[in-house]
Amino acid sequence: MRRIAQHTCTDMARIDLDLAHSYKPLPARDADYALLPLAMTFDDGGAYALLGPSGCGKTTMLNIISGLVAPSQGTVRFDGEDVTSRTPQQRNIAQVFQFPVIYDTMTVAENLAFPLRNRRMPAERIGQRVGVVAEMLELTAQLPQRAAGLSADVKQKISLGRGLVRNDVSAVLFDEPLTVIDPHLKWQLRRKLKQIHRELKLTLIYVTHDQVEALTFADQVIVMTHGRAVQTGSADQLFERPQHTFVGHFIGSPGMNFLDAEIQGDRLRIDGVDLQMTADSIAALSQAGRVTLGVRPEYVTVSDSARPGAMSAQVVKAQDIGTHWMVTGKIGERVVRARVSSGAAVPGAGDTVWLGLLGPHTCFYKDDRLLA
Amino acid sequence: MKPVNHKAWLLILPVVVCVAFSAILPLMTVVNYSVQDIISPERRVFVGTEWFKMVMRDGELHDALLRQITFSIAVLVVEVPLGIMLALSMPPSGWKASAVLVLLAMSLLIPWNVVGTIWQIFGRTDIGLFGAALARLGFDYNYTGSATDAWLTVLLMDVWHWTSLVALLCYAGLRAIPNAYYQAAQIDGASRFAVFRYIELPKLRGVLMIAVLLRFMDSFMIYTEPFVLTGGGPGNSTTFLSQYLTQKAVGQFDVGPAAAFSLIYFLIILLMCFILYNWMQRVGTSDASTPPNG
Repeated sequence: MRRIAQHTCTDMARIDLDLAHSYKPLPARDADYALLPLAMTFDDGGAYALLGPSGCGKTTMLNIISGLVAPSQGTVRFDGEDVTSRTPQQRNIAQVFQFPVIYDTMTVAENLAFPLRNRRMPAERIGQRVGVVAEMLELTAQLPQRAAGLSADVKQKISLGRGLVRNDVSAVLFDEPLTVIDPHLKWQLRRKLKQIHRELKLTLIYVTHDQVEALTFADQVIVMTHGRAVQTGSADQLFERPQHTFVGHFIGSPGMNFLDAEIQGDRLRIDGVDLQMTADSIAALSQAGRVTLGVRPEYVTVSDSARPGAMSAQVVKAQDIGTHWMVTGKIGERVVRARVSSGAAVPGAGDTVWLGLLGPHTCFYKDDRLLA
Repeated sequence: MKPVNHKAWLLILPVVVCVAFSAILPLMTVVNYSVQDIISPERRVFVGTEWFKMVMRDGELHDALLRQITFSIAVLVVEVPLGIMLALSMPPSGWKASAVLVLLAMSLLIPWNVVGTIWQIFGRTDIGLFGAALARLGFDYNYTGSATDAWLTVLLMDVWHWTSLVALLCYAGLRAIPNAYYQAAQIDGASRFAVFRYIELPKLRGVLMIAVLLRFMDSFMIYTEPFVLTGGGPGNSTTFLSQYLTQKAVGQFDVGPAAAFSLIYFLIILLMCFILYNWMQRVGTSDASTPPNG
């Protein structure tokens, strides 16, 4: 029993990144970098998601954390210790890849046991861990089967299982692990991962381009674009106060409405129309000059008469999106979307409505960065 | 019932005609010879299975067959592992990879009889680099005098000529393995041997099957190289099946026994390929095989 007690003690770590990475030997421009210089901390036991479109650098960051890729500059620290030059094995990292990787000639049980066998864990303990993980992922029935003939779903569950079978890891990294899984099972597995995180308190880092996946899985979401981590925050923070126009655009469906505006004293000029700003905004923005106004469709109010902070718009279309209506209007040439609850009066195409743009949830950006 | 459309027969007709003229008709000629005693163009006698019975009891033929099987097994045992090792040690990309590929492909481009001639000179103890070097090192090497030396030289020549083929096939197979497998193995803490045993070798199954079949068939039918190098000697030590067959058919003009033997030869190759293919398909995929690491 003592041996078991030794193995169950977890060995997680706080992960600090302070680095940049380029796959080219002599990077000159920002575009040459896969990851622009960044400093970031992943706390012990946290559930993180790296969210961004393809090619934004999220997989690179994951591979740097695991040690598969060495950063071209800077350091990776686990609990303050520099591990930049260490192998994934020395870092004791588990990683699950986008496409299922299984060992064809082994059975499911042998596949799950492989990471433990390589670390010379005693056989009885291996059997126990494999049993627990198989139970967790509902693979128990398939354990004696050969892994090669199974479906992609099951293969990916085996890959997930190999990632979770060691419970003494520093962190478990997932690189879009649910891509090949069909939607119904996706929900189930995501819930499972969440549950595993609560039970085992492992540090989990999850790469995805699906905002729903990221927001439901992680406590902290890191939004990335063009090799830059533009914001780290909870689902709420990303939704309410996007720090970067990309976050506003990428999070939410549809994303934030953006309009070019100019600050003139206490007034905001959009498309030739002056709007009176609120007192808070004036204080923060009076010197800003040209800015971008951002407001989520959820916070755009629709009314049929002029109101302070509202602009007249031509309705292009109104779509029923289930619980709500999505009204698409045009202010000049700019498209603005507004979400209207099903109970309210919904304008039809061609109507002129007043869209309220200024409110407590309205954000202002300069050079893509949040001002207020 | 689905309506039956016989038009498909028309479409495979060109293939049937080609195969008939290139393979089936010549084979039938052989069958024809194998059951007749042709004394002169005008006189022929049907002899049934007599030639077959005769060649089956032929002691010299048994010896040639045994030599042939030993040789083919030796070729596979040496060339396949060596080819895999070569492929594993080749650079994965860049100009070095291209250079190595060209170098390896070179031996494959040399015609069989030239290979024989090259080794005939290469192995001479007076002017050949290989033979002279061995002689200088104190070995009593003489491929024209010693049966063992001759047999080993033929084997070495085949290894030199054809290992590249195995290496190139394996190299292609290795390059087709997605990088994620290596990354996963690294994460799982697999040793270099475990990577080979559980990732590379299983993924090479397909190309290895092709390599083994090709090398088996080719080595089992080997003719030109030993013929040029040793002429089948000394004695009969390097007289392999095809050379024995040629001696019978062309040298002694015993077309009957030669034809009977050709058919047996053909069936042996077919049978061996069938066994090899099925064995390689099966190995490592049945649930009953021993678990790794016990």
